[in-house]
Amino acid sequence: MIGRHRHLLGLEGLSREEILQVLDLATSMKEVLARPLKKVPSLRGKLVVNLFFEASTRTRSSFEIASKVLSADAVNWTASASSVTKGETLVDTARNLEAMRPDVLVIRHAAGGAPQLVSEHVACAVVSAGDGAHEHPSQGLLDCFTLREKLGTLEGKTVAIVGDVSHSRVARSDLHAMPKLGAKVRLCGPPTMIPQGIERLGGCTVHHDLREAVEGADAVVMLRIQHERIGDPLIPGTREYSKLWGLNARKAAEWLTPGCVILHPGPINRGVELSPEVADGPRSVILDQVQNGVAVRMAILYLLAGGSPAEVSAAGARS
Amino acid sequence: MDSEAIGRALSRLAREIAERSRNGGADLAIVGIRRGGVHLARRLRGELTRLLGQEPPLGTLDIALYRDDLSRGGAAPVVGPTDIQFKVEGRDILLVDDVLYTGRTIRAALDEIVDFGRPRRVWLAVLVDRGGRELPIAADFAGETVAVAPGDDVEVRLVEGGAAADEVVVKPRGTP
Repeated sequence: MIGRHRHLLGLEGLSREEILQVLDLATSMKEVLARPLKKVPSLRGKLVVNLFFEASTRTRSSFEIASKVLSADAVNWTASASSVTKGETLVDTARNLEAMRPDVLVIRHAAGGAPQLVSEHVACAVVSAGDGAHEHPSQGLLDCFTLREKLGTLEGKTVAIVGDVSHSRVARSDLHAMPKLGAKVRLCGPPTMIPQGIERLGGCTVHHDLREAVEGADAVVMLRIQHERIGDPLIPGTREYSKLWGLNARKAAEWLTPGCVILHPGPINRGVELSPEVADGPRSVILDQVQNGVAVRMAILYLLAGGSPAEVSAAGARS
Repeated sequence: MDSEAIGRALSRLAREIAERSRNGGADLAIVGIRRGGVHLARRLRGELTRLLGQEPPLGTLDIALYRDDLSRGGAAPVVGPTDIQFKVEGRDILLVDDVLYTGRTIRAALDEIVDFGRPRRVWLAVLVDRGGRELPIAADFAGETVAVAPGDDVEVRLVEGGAAADEVVVKPRGTP
C-alpha cells in the first residue's frame, strides 16, 4: 500500500507525501544493499511475477534483485515464450498467472494503460514497469531518489529533461513527480518531439535550444532516442540530433554549472544523446541510478506486498 | 520510574555488565534497538567507558525488515537505518532495548545481528522487563521487572526522544 494506492500504475495520482514515503523507505533499503549479506526476510513467502511484454535488461533485473533481497520469490515471464504467441489476450494471461497466487504482478507492455487494465481484473497488487508512452513510475521515483541523494533536495532545483519527450514514459513520470517535490522542469528537444501544450501539465517550461535549457540547471536528464518506438522519422538524422541536442564534453564544460549532474534512463545511444566522455564522466550519475533503482523497487514491493494502513498501528506495536 | 530511578538502574546495569565482561571489555560491542534502545545504549556506553577505561563500539539496529507480522496483513512500518560499522564476528554483543514484552522484537534483532556475522555471544539488557513473553527469551540485565496487564502499555520517555524528563509510565493501551 503506497499511501492510498493498492497498485503503482503511475506517478500522476501520487501526492508529494506518497512519493516521499517511497523515497524515505528506499533510503533504508539502500543500506541493506550495502551489507555483506544482502538479504532480509521481510517478504519471505511472497511471490512476485515479472510479466515483460517488451525487452528489458535493467528494469526486469532490478525488480528481480529487489524481490530476492527481500526474500520474495521472483518468477520472470516473457511474452515471446508464452501463450501470447498463440493468441492469448492480456487479460487472460494475467488471470491465468493470478490463479497461481502471486502477491505482485510487475508488468511492462508496449500499450499505454495495459497495467491499469490488468489491475481491474486481478486481486493482487500491480506495478507498471513501463507502459507505452504513458508512464514508468519506478524510473521516475529512482530519478527523484538519485537527485535527492546528489542535490540534497529537489526543492527549488531546476531539472532539464532533454530529448524525445513525446515517446518517453520516463519523462512523463519525471514530469509528474519532480514538480511535486519542488523542482522546476525544463523540457527540451526538437519541436517534433515535444507534445504541443505539455506545459499545461504545470511545473515545466518548453525549450528547443539545448544551451538555453541546460544553462543554470542543477540536473540534466538525457532521454534515449527510441528508434523502436518511432514510426515516422521525427528528426532528419541522428548526426544532426547529436549536434543540436546531444551533450558532449565541450558543451558540458561550457554550459553546465559545476555541480550539475547528468542522468539517463538507459540504455544509452553513445555518441547520440551523450558522448562517451560525458556518459562516463564525473557528472554522470547513471550507474547510481541503476543501483538506486534496486533500492526504490525494494521499497515499492515492500509497501505493496505488505498490509493495509488501517492495521499499521496495531501491527506496529513494539514488543 | 522517574529520572533518578532510571539513572540508578542504568548505573547498576553498567556495573553488572562491566563485571561480566571478559578481557576488560575489549571484545564488547553495544547495539541499541531503534528507537528507544538506541538512547539507552548510548547512555550505557558512557557508563561502561568510565568503568572499563575504553569505549565499546556502538551500533544501531532497526528490526522492521525482520518482523514476523508483515505477512499477517499488518504493517507497512517505518523502516529506519541499521548502522553496524564494527565486526560482529567473535564479539560479545550487548543488545539494548527499552522494554521487553513478547520477545518478538528481540527474536528479530537476533536474526538481524547474525546476518552481520556470528557473535561469540549476545547479552540482552533492557530498562523494563514487563513479562508477557510469547517466545523463550529472557533478559540478562533488567533495570526493573514489573508485572503489567496485557492490555496496558509501558512507555519509556527519554529526553533524547523529546520528553521533558525521563520517565517510565504504565497506561491503558490507546491513551495518550
